[in-house]
Amino acid sequence: MNRPLRRLSAVVAVLFAALFASTTWIQYFQADALNNRPGNSRQLYAELGRDRGSLIVAGQAVASSVPVDDPYVFQRQYAAGPVYAPVTGYYSIRYGTSMLERAENDVLAGTSDRLFYRQLSDLLTGEKPRGASVDLTLDPAVQQAAWDALDGRKGSVVALDPRTGDVLAMVSSPSYDPNALASHDGEAVSKQWNALLADPDDPLTNRAIGGDLYPPGSTFKLVTAAAALESGKYEESTLLDGPAELDLPQTTSTLGNDEGTACGPNDQVSLIDALRISCNTAFASLGMTLGADALRTQAEKFGFGQDLSVPMRVTPSTFPADPNAPQLAQSAIGQFDVRVTPLQVAMYSAAIANGGVLMKPNLVRDVRAGDDLSVVETPAPQELGRAVSASTAATLTDMMKAVVARGTGTRAQIDGVEVAGKTGTAQHGAGLPPYAWFTSFATKGDRQVAVAVVIEDGGTVDSAYGGRLAAPVAKQVMEAALGG
Amino acid sequence: MATVTPVYPATRRNTELALLVMAVLVATGAWAVVGLTEDGTLPPGLALYGGGLGGLAVVLHLVLRWKAQYADPVLLPVATLLNGLGLVVIHRLDLSSSRADQAPRQLLWSAIGILAAGAVLWVLRDHRVLRRYTFTAMVAGLVLLLLPLLPGLGRTINGARIWIGVGPLSFQPGELAKIVLAVFFAGYLVVHRDALSLTGPKLLFLRLPRARDLGPILVAWLASVGILVLQRDLGTSLLFFGLFVAVLYVATERVSWILLGLALFLAGAALAASTFGHVQQRIDIWLHPFAASNADDSYQLVQGLYGMANGGLLGTGLDRGRPDIVPFANSDFIYSSIGEELGLVGLFAVLLLYGVLVERGLRTAIAVRDGFGKLLAAGLAFSVTLQVFVVVGGVTRVIPLTGLTMPFLAAGGSSLVSNWIVVGLLLRISDLARRPAPEVRNGPESGDTGVTQAVRVP
Repeated sequence: MNRPLRRLSAVVAVLFAALFASTTWIQYFQADALNNRPGNSRQLYAELGRDRGSLIVAGQAVASSVPVDDPYVFQRQYAAGPVYAPVTGYYSIRYGTSMLERAENDVLAGTSDRLFYRQLSDLLTGEKPRGASVDLTLDPAVQQAAWDALDGRKGSVVALDPRTGDVLAMVSSPSYDPNALASHDGEAVSKQWNALLADPDDPLTNRAIGGDLYPPGSTFKLVTAAAALESGKYEESTLLDGPAELDLPQTTSTLGNDEGTACGPNDQVSLIDALRISCNTAFASLGMTLGADALRTQAEKFGFGQDLSVPMRVTPSTFPADPNAPQLAQSAIGQFDVRVTPLQVAMYSAAIANGGVLMKPNLVRDVRAGDDLSVVETPAPQELGRAVSASTAATLTDMMKAVVARGTGTRAQIDGVEVAGKTGTAQHGAGLPPYAWFTSFATKGDRQVAVAVVIEDGGTVDSAYGGRLAAPVAKQVMEAALGG
Repeated sequence: MATVTPVYPATRRNTELALLVMAVLVATGAWAVVGLTEDGTLPPGLALYGGGLGGLAVVLHLVLRWKAQYADPVLLPVATLLNGLGLVVIHRLDLSSSRADQAPRQLLWSAIGILAAGAVLWVLRDHRVLRRYTFTAMVAGLVLLLLPLLPGLGRTINGARIWIGVGPLSFQPGELAKIVLAVFFAGYLVVHRDALSLTGPKLLFLRLPRARDLGPILVAWLASVGILVLQRDLGTSLLFFGLFVAVLYVATERVSWILLGLALFLAGAALAASTFGHVQQRIDIWLHPFAASNADDSYQLVQGLYGMANGGLLGTGLDRGRPDIVPFANSDFIYSSIGEELGLVGLFAVLLLYGVLVERGLRTAIAVRDGFGKLLAAGLAFSVTLQVFVVVGGVTRVIPLTGLTMPFLAAGGSSLVSNWIVVGLLLRISDLARRPAPEVRNGPESGDTGVTQAVRVP
C-alpha cells in the first residue's frame, strides 16, 4: 500500500501548494488592488487613527493633521485653503481624496514601500507608525502672487523653474476650501460637496493640469516656429506670406488676421515679425508648408501626448490625428482640435528658456519622516528630452523677446529684466468670449522662471487679447519669482 | 565470524523536548507582544497561559517517554505551537470584543484535548486493538452524525445544523465522527481491499469495480449528500466523502475508485447547486464576492480578503490590525486574522506547520507495517489536510466557502479535542512504526550473518 500512499502524499503536496499560491496571490499580488477598493473601510480606519504626514511649502504646512477629541482622532487642516487647494486636493472621510492627498497617499499615510526602512526601524524601536511629510517645490510668494493676480477670474497660472522642472506656482480659479470637505460634520460636508459638484464653474477641477483642455491659440505659434527652425529651411529673417486673408484650400472660407490687415508690405513678413505681431495668415501657411507630421512631432517633443505625473496625473495635451489642409492651417495657429493644459504651455516656454532641454515638471522636493523631519527621499530633476536644438532655442528666445519688447506682449515688460513671451487669444465657439493666454520666461541673476497664464472669461470678444488680460498676470508672477 | 549488534533507533524524546520548549517560547512571546502593544505592560495572564500550555505539553511529553518512547518527535511540538498561536490570536480578538471570555475557554479545551490525547496513549497500547471495533465505530459515527438532527438536542447555528447543545454547552459531534469513521473505513477496507481491488471488468486501461462492490462507496456518497441536505453543511460533507475516497484508493491502489468518487462528487455538487438555494448562493459569493448584489452575503469573505491584503507581506503586527471587523474572526476566519496581523510570512509559517504535521502522519502510514495502521494513519493525516484545504481554500477563494474549522487554531472545543485525539492516535501508530523489533538471535548453526525476521511480534 506504499505506492498509493506516496501518490496520496503528492496530492497533499498539490493541495498545500494551491493554498500557498492563493494566499500569496491575495496578500502580495492583489494586496494593493484590494486595499484601494472603494468599499474597503479598513484602510480608512487605519489611516484615520494615524498621524498623517503634512504637505509643506517653504517650511510651513499647507495641509496637516491635528489631534482632535472625536472618534476620528485626527482632523485634516488646510492652512491656506483655496490658494493651495488645486495642489493639495482634499482629504474627506466620506468622499475620499484628490490631487496630492491622493497621489502621495501612501507616503502621507506611511504605508509606502519607499518608507520601508523607516517602517522597519519603527517596528524595531516600537514607534507608533505614522505618515511621512511631503515637501513641495512651490514658492509661497509666487503662488500667492499668481492667486492675487488672477483676482478671482476663471483661469489658471503655472510657473516652472525651467532648469529643474520644479513647479513654483500652480493656481486654478475658482477654487474651494478643502477644510469644508475635511470636516468631521458629515452633514455639512455632504452639503458642501453637492454644492461644489453643482457649481457650473467646476471648482474641484485643477485647471492647470486636467479637466477640460484649452485650445492654445497663438501660443501654439511657438511650436510651429520651432518646427520651422528645426527643419533647417528657415531663419528668423526668412520671409513668409502674410496676406490679410488666406484662402483655405478645398473650401470657400478664408482665415484672416485679427486686425484684418496684411502683416507686412507686399503681403510678406519675416518669421520674427510674424511672431511679434502674431500674424495668423503667415503661421497658417507656414503650417501647411511644414505638414501635420512635422508639427505633431515638434509638439510631442514639447510634451504633447505624454502621460505625466507631477505626481498628480496630467491630462495629455493633443494635436489632431489626421487634419486636412484647412484644419492643418487652423491647427498651426492653435485652433481646430489642438488642446493643451496650462502646464503644457508653461513647458514649452520652459524648454526654450532651458536651451531646448525639457525638464519633467515636478511638485515634490523631498519626502521627510520622523520627529526631525529628516529627508528620506529627494527626487532628482529628470530630463524629458531635448525639445529643440540650442540654436533654435536661442532664435526662439530672440523672437519671444521681440514680442514683449515691441509686439503684442508689451504689458509683460519688467524694468531691468529682458522678458521673452507670447500672447494667445483662443476662440472656442462663436460668440463666446475667447480665452486669453500668455506664456513667458525671464532670467534675473540665478533665478529663472517660465510662466503660463490662461484667463477664461476674457470679457467682450474684441478686448480679450492675451496681451491685455493675461500678460499683466504673468508679469506679476515673474516679478515674484525673480524677487525684488 | 561477524557479530551482529542490534541497532536500536534513537527515541528522539530529547529532540521533542527541545522543539517543545521552542514552541512554548514562541507562543508565550507572542502573548507578551499582544500585551505590550495593547497597553505597554506584560499581560497578567502571561504566566497562566504560557505555563499552562507548556505544562500540559510537558505532561503529554512525559506520557510519551513512558508509554510510547519511539513516537514521532515532531507531532507534539507542531500541534502545541499551532494550539498556542490560536490561543494568542483568540486572546487578541477578545481584547477588541465585548465578549472577552473566548481565550480562557480555549485554554480549558486545550487542557481537555491534551489530556484526551494522553489518555489515548495511556489506554491504547496498540492501535490494532481498534480494529475489533470496526462496526461499533460505524454505528457510533452514524449516531454522532445524526445527533444534531434530533429535535430538542440539535441546534442550528449560523444556518448549519451540526451542533448539539445541553444547557449552555454546545458541541459539534461531527468532529468526533471524523475519528471513528476513519477507524471504520480503515477496519472495513483492510478486510475488503482484495475484493475491491482484484476483480471486476476492464474498460480500456481501467479495471472497473463489480456492481455489487459499489455498495460501500454509494453508501458513503449518500451519507455525505444526506449531511449536505439535512444539516446544510458543505464542509463536513466534503470532508467525509474525500476521506472515504482517499482511504479507498490507498486500500485498493486503483485509480478507478478516485475517478468514480470524483464523478459522484461532481454529480452531487451539481445536483446540490441546482437544487438548493444556499449552495447556489455560496457558489455565487465565491465567484463574485464584490458584486453589489452579493454585498450582504459576501461581507465576511470580502472583509477577510481586505484583512489579508491589509496585512501584506509582514503583517500589521499583533494587536495593530483590525481583524475584529471580520465576523467569526477567531474561528472560521482565524486564517485571515493571522494573515492581517502576522502577514504572508505568518501564514506561510502556519501552512508549513500543517504541512509538517500531515507529512509526519503520512510518513507514519508508510513506515507502519500493518494494513489497518497504514489506512488509519493515512486517513487521519488526510482528514487534517482536507480540513485545512477546505477552510483556507474557502477563505482565499480557491473553493466556495464552507463551514469547517482550522485544526488547533480556531476557537471551539469540539474541534480542538478531536484534533488532539488525532495527534494521540498518530503518536501511537508512529510509536509502533518506529519501535525496534524484539531482538532475534541468529543461531550460530544457521550461518546467517544478517538479521532476518519473518514474523513481527508486537
